[in-house]
Amino acid sequence: MRWKKPVCVLLLAALGVIVIAGLQRLLMPKYMGQVVEGNLTSEYYEETTPHDVVFLGNCEVYENISPIVLWREFGITSYIRGNAQQLIAQSYYLLEDTLKYETPGIVVFNVSAMQQFDQNNESYNRMTLDGMRWSASKWNAIRTTMMEDEHMIEYIFPILRFHSRFAELEADDLTYFMKSGKVAHNGYYLRADVRPAGDMPVERRRSDYSFDPRSWEYLERIRALCENNGIQLILMKAPSLYPAWYDQWEIQIEEYASEHNLLYINCLEAVDEIGIDFSQDTYDGGLHMNVYGAEKLSRYLGPFLLGAGADDHRDDAELAAVWAEKGLFYDSMKAQQEEEFAQFGYLKQFTTEE
Amino acid sequence: MDELLEILNDINPDADYETNDHLVDDEILTSFELVMLVTQIRDVFDVSIPSEAIIPENFNSVEAMMRLIGRLKEDE
Amino acid sequence: MSLVSYEFLAFFAVAAILYYVVPKRFQWILLLAVSFLFYAGGGAVYLLYPMITAVSTWFLALWIGRMDSEAQTYIKEQKPDKEQKKAYQARVKKHKKCLMTAGILLNFGILAVLKYTDFLLGNLNVLFHLQEGAVLQVSWVLPLGISYYTFQTMGYLIDVFRGRCRPEKNLLRFMLFVTYFPQMVSGPISRFDQLKKELFEEHSFDGTQFTFGLWRILWGFFKKLVIADRIAPAVAMITAAPDIYDGIYVLVGMLGYTLQLYTDFSGCMDIVIGVSQCFGIRLPENFQRPFGAKNLSELWRRWHMTLTGWFREYIFFPVSTSRFCRTVSRFAGKLGLNKAAKKLPVYIANLIVWFVTGIWHGAAWGFILWGLANGIAMMVSQELTELYRAFHRRFPKSDGSVYGAFQKVRTCLLFSGLLMFQYYPFQTVFAMLGNLLATGRLSQLFDGRFAELGLAAADFIVIAVGLVLMLVIGVLQETGSVRQKLAARPLVVRFTAVFLLFVMVLVAGCYGHGYDASQFIYNQF
Repeated sequence: MRWKKPVCVLLLAALGVIVIAGLQRLLMPKYMGQVVEGNLTSEYYEETTPHDVVFLGNCEVYENISPIVLWREFGITSYIRGNAQQLIAQSYYLLEDTLKYETPGIVVFNVSAMQQFDQNNESYNRMTLDGMRWSASKWNAIRTTMMEDEHMIEYIFPILRFHSRFAELEADDLTYFMKSGKVAHNGYYLRADVRPAGDMPVERRRSDYSFDPRSWEYLERIRALCENNGIQLILMKAPSLYPAWYDQWEIQIEEYASEHNLLYINCLEAVDEIGIDFSQDTYDGGLHMNVYGAEKLSRYLGPFLLGAGADDHRDDAELAAVWAEKGLFYDSMKAQQEEEFAQFGYLKQFTTEE
Repeated sequence: MDELLEILNDINPDADYETNDHLVDDEILTSFELVMLVTQIRDVFDVSIPSEAIIPENFNSVEAMMRLIGRLKEDE
Repeated sequence: MSLVSYEFLAFFAVAAILYYVVPKRFQWILLLAVSFLFYAGGGAVYLLYPMITAVSTWFLALWIGRMDSEAQTYIKEQKPDKEQKKAYQARVKKHKKCLMTAGILLNFGILAVLKYTDFLLGNLNVLFHLQEGAVLQVSWVLPLGISYYTFQTMGYLIDVFRGRCRPEKNLLRFMLFVTYFPQMVSGPISRFDQLKKELFEEHSFDGTQFTFGLWRILWGFFKKLVIADRIAPAVAMITAAPDIYDGIYVLVGMLGYTLQLYTDFSGCMDIVIGVSQCFGIRLPENFQRPFGAKNLSELWRRWHMTLTGWFREYIFFPVSTSRFCRTVSRFAGKLGLNKAAKKLPVYIANLIVWFVTGIWHGAAWGFILWGLANGIAMMVSQELTELYRAFHRRFPKSDGSVYGAFQKVRTCLLFSGLLMFQYYPFQTVFAMLGNLLATGRLSQLFDGRFAELGLAAADFIVIAVGLVLMLVIGVLQETGSVRQKLAARPLVVRFTAVFLLFVMVLVAGCYGHGYDASQFIYNQF
């Protein structure tokens, strides 16, 4: 009977680990309600086919570009690795992470993240980083961007961070216990409601328009990483009205692009050419595009991407099948939101009841 | 010995001093009572008990107290 | 470094591993190094203060010890007659007393200056009606644990003077006694003669002791994180706004404050003693189920025991048997006040002890009044003792368990009520008590004010479960160590019990994001 005790101990230890792992999963936010962005990072790992183009950036990419349109109209396969307030360092490490699975021909980086290197809201960090698979890249992303009162161990064991949710558990936590639902379309966050752009806060003058040296450092690292992997890097600035994009910043980015021979597309300067109507194409008063704006922007970007070497894959039967399915999901979500918006004037999921 | 018992009964009559040898540990004699006891021992037996001698071992039983008094008298 | 931080757990884990890896004769040196590191974590400059205290006390104690041995040699060799010997001894004692007094003045001086200068200046400001803005304050930062290590070292110095313990020759060893990291920040206040054996002997790894230590730490985390920190914000709201939270809320605040104080401080002690137990070093207990006490003085013998013990031994007994008290007592006797003559020394010493207890807890009048109120309450209960005894003789059945329970509740209420002096401004304490008695209605609990305290239904469930658990553990403790009882159960039972407690701390503990990282209440004394 000498084996009995060690076996017992092992069994109990395993049971303990399982219970705590279960609790951890239960307590972690599922991001299936008003805020769905916490699912963006992890959805990438469900992809089965490679991408020609990967977009990196914050809300200026994941709400403004529709990979479905890029596919349907140009045959370009693309994925957006963007998150709410995704910092430039996080973009870099997400690129490192992406390269473990595929090497796209083109990476498009949206430069608005240059203006702020440090995180100012812990929950944005969690939404961006928690979904990442564990690797040195994740570790470094956390170490570089975590706020002063955050701890690495709370990323390793998220229950240490989210345990306080035990008092506010809801049905979603059980419904999506095993797996969260799919919320995005190759990283694109679809919104079909409309709220015209109104007055934006007055632009404030700044005393200093230089970017944080660490932002430059990470832009440089992104560039070098692309170069070493034979990836063409394209810089872009999305046509968001706010937060403001200053001329002084524009000049610096233009200089950097020409210095390194990079294509830089400032969509702000092409609003008319793109055809954006800020009374129709935004869902939150001009900060972000709705699906109509995003589709227009995608149509505008398509030729640049083809010009940069992206291929038209529409003849590829396997890819076509995969993307047809993506298209169905996209169309149904778009139609459902349009219908709801036409009927109520708002989208239930994204508004709070009075 | 009888004098001591008299003092003790005066301070707290609810104890069996002749058999109990955990007077302090059982909290029959608390610090208040110990000090009153020491003051009266000084007056009756004419020995002054230094404060460092006020430890449970010396006051847990009547015998211990008598021993303490005897020892202190010798030292004088 | 807070005892309830990831950093501390990591620190402890590394220290514990190293402790059992290094050769056993170096174990105490490792503890010293680790203690220095721990203390330096809060700013290396602050190490200076305990170092001054350690070095000065070590030196003076050694000197006192040398005088003792010189005296012995002298008596042995010179064989003086009785009179000579007495005179010689008196002379030596006087010298020794000078040395001890110097040490006490220096170290309590540092404590007093650092801790009470602002209090003194504040009072002067009020006294001389200084305009706002002209208020003088120094705002010195208190070195971590200064009240604790100062008391501990001074106890040692007095013990050496009294010949109760031999002075430590090795300065480094003595420094470990002063800075031993588990106990330095919040006590318990140890005695050298008890701790030295534990600190310096070689410890082999003892699985049972280590496990017991870990269990104790977990229990401390439970009290601190699950209960104390959960009720802390609500208690703070009630006690800070007597004009909003009146009526029954005075009672709620009172009990909440007491519960918070107890779970916070005794939880801290569980962690401290548990950590130390993992090193094989037993520290003295600081709490012994205080709310099982049947009267206030008994409660105080079970609450912060090492501090009250210190006061009893080094202030209460010496003062009450001092020449001054004797004179006062004689004077009262001459006036024919025989009863008063007996009690005066006790009462004078009692009030002094409680004044010091008050001011030890905080440099503010609220604390002083709280201390004195405790002292007065105890004297009143002492005066009533005869009445109680008469009552019990008359009604012998009144010793039953119902009456016992009544006594416990009464004592707990008295203790909690007196704590009002700590958080209400003095002039409002009695008004609030009157308000409670006059207008307190249970129905007020449902008038919406409770909802504003920020406690959700889940919080109440957690608090209720916590209280029941503490009660059960308290009852089990009455018949011996709970951990030994648990250890005697089958593996599955042990595992389940500890695992459930762990999960409760993990899930329902107030730590991490969303909760303010809260310090232990007893850190800043």
